[in-house]
Amino acid sequence: MPVYTVRRILVAVPTLLLISLILFLLLDLAPGDPTAQLPLTIPPDVKERIRQSLGLGEPIHVRYLLWLQQFFVNEPLHLLSGLTGLDLAGDRARVISWQTRSPVVDIVVERLPQTLWVVGLSYVIGILIAVPVGIVSACRQYSWFDQLGTFASMVGFSVPTFFSGVLLIVVFSVELGWFPSIYDTTHKVTDWNGFLVQVRQMAMPVTVLALYNAAQISRFMRASMLDNLKLDYVRTAWAKGLPERTVVLAHVLRNSAGPAVTVIALGVPGVFAGAIITEQVFKVNGLGQLLIVSIQASDIPTVQTLTFIFAVLIVLFNLIADLLYGVLDPRIRYD
Amino acid sequence: MIEAAPPGSSRGRDVWLRFRRHKGALLGGGFFVFVLCFVAVGPALWTVDPQFIDIQARNSGMSAAHPLGADQLGRDMLARLMAGGRASVAVGVAAMLLSLLIGSLIGVLAGFFRWIDGPLMRLTDLFLALPLLPLLLVVILLFRDTLRTAVGPETGVFVLVVGVIGATSWMQTARVVRGEVLTVKEREFVLAARSIGAPAHRIVRRHILPNVLSPIVVSATLGIANAIITESALSFLGLGFPSDFATWGRLLFDATDYLQRYPSRVLWPGLAISLTVLSVNYMGDGLRDALDPRTRGR
Repeated sequence: MPVYTVRRILVAVPTLLLISLILFLLLDLAPGDPTAQLPLTIPPDVKERIRQSLGLGEPIHVRYLLWLQQFFVNEPLHLLSGLTGLDLAGDRARVISWQTRSPVVDIVVERLPQTLWVVGLSYVIGILIAVPVGIVSACRQYSWFDQLGTFASMVGFSVPTFFSGVLLIVVFSVELGWFPSIYDTTHKVTDWNGFLVQVRQMAMPVTVLALYNAAQISRFMRASMLDNLKLDYVRTAWAKGLPERTVVLAHVLRNSAGPAVTVIALGVPGVFAGAIITEQVFKVNGLGQLLIVSIQASDIPTVQTLTFIFAVLIVLFNLIADLLYGVLDPRIRYD
Repeated sequence: MIEAAPPGSSRGRDVWLRFRRHKGALLGGGFFVFVLCFVAVGPALWTVDPQFIDIQARNSGMSAAHPLGADQLGRDMLARLMAGGRASVAVGVAAMLLSLLIGSLIGVLAGFFRWIDGPLMRLTDLFLALPLLPLLLVVILLFRDTLRTAVGPETGVFVLVVGVIGATSWMQTARVVRGEVLTVKEREFVLAARSIGAPAHRIVRRHILPNVLSPIVVSATLGIANAIITESALSFLGLGFPSDFATWGRLLFDATDYLQRYPSRVLWPGLAISLTVLSVNYMGDGLRDALDPRTRGR
């Protein structure tokens, strides 16, 4: 397992480097000078600092390396000094947002928890719904439960999150008034009532994403279970007279979980895309909302950083899924 | 062929018979044809100009003059729904064609030529790990103005949206096609073609491509659904077409501002997107069952 883990991590590094190169080239090849559209209110010395922090005027590979250095050395050092209170970073240049003129990473650190909470919770709830539904659907193929579940999952991933979210707002906030339609991020949980308020405002965004995730996962779970149910080892298990519980939960589920995990990992970019849209619908001020605002304001450094952070999150989740697959199915650890 | 085929039986007929047995697919196909008629023929029957501002009817509900009501400027919702559908379906089909072209090309190349297989599949994996929606937004932000000045505001955005969706949704097609090509190229007829000295491009065109058509057709239907959703998402985030150019996503986006008072205005474009995507997905499901060689002839 340790060898497998190290190998997986080593594969993730070039992927991230390539993604960063794509991002860098994309912004570099885009027409126009990135500092041409800076607001006139920015003083000339700040503008010069921005130009320097972008490394303009250097050849392209030098600029890329400088950008990498800023991303992987300067910003983490600043982050560390912020956390530990030590002065590790000195006066290294930071990636400055053009909107707020404060370091981008500081804003991101502020926004990250909201996004991770919503995405993480919806993933967990989605899996908790999808796995039992997938198992029962596969074991009772073509029963009314299976028909209903298949139909629901088809609807679930056909209805885009920006419509289901709006629909939930219409029904539960406008008509019934049960939940607030706007997420209040300044809310601090201090007592039981505060916790209830937090639960109520998170209910709808998490539900939208959780249902979307559940629809996808239950489909793959069902397909993967069906593939395994036909195999010989399952027949052997039945023939031994094992109870259905043991056959399904111990034999089939264990073997179907691996492929399902891989497919779930492939859906991670979609989940983050869904999170961006959901944040926009419910006005959660997480990373997605920050990204949209920055794009509307042409705040290139923030957009670049955020896109890269999304890439890091996706690669990270893929890595976790790969490692899980290794735990679930020992065969793929050796090849 | 060991058994003689019954008279009048052909592969197309076989597939159709199988497709007809899938109730959901049949319904989905029927509804998709209805949507196509709605956006293609509809404007000829309901001749109200979607841009016309009937200021007295603004925010009105359902009436004889405006069957689905009118928006905040008094534009007819039914006409806008038709015009928006035309744009959304056009983007969906065009982006699907582009992604199909890229996906099939990469899939066939990777499956057929071993030396290029590794790099192409790494490229596919890389694309699968990209944060696509943020990237789409960034590309649109960066290139929108240039393209707008080059080929006009609406064509420019159309080209851009179709281009970025097509260029970022080919990965599944490429993977499936590669897998099929890998099995087909080991078959005897390919060996026979090779042994009589057929060049690679002819083997691919005459022998490989017709045999990997089924997965391509299936991913085509799923590609339309994906492209329609992505386009609507871009419009919904305010980065798709300009606000006077109706698409379903744009209509939904504009309507969310009036959500509290006129919830029905959100409903129509949202339903249009969801039902179209649902019907296309069902159609894809039915096609997959009908075309899957493992179930054919059983």
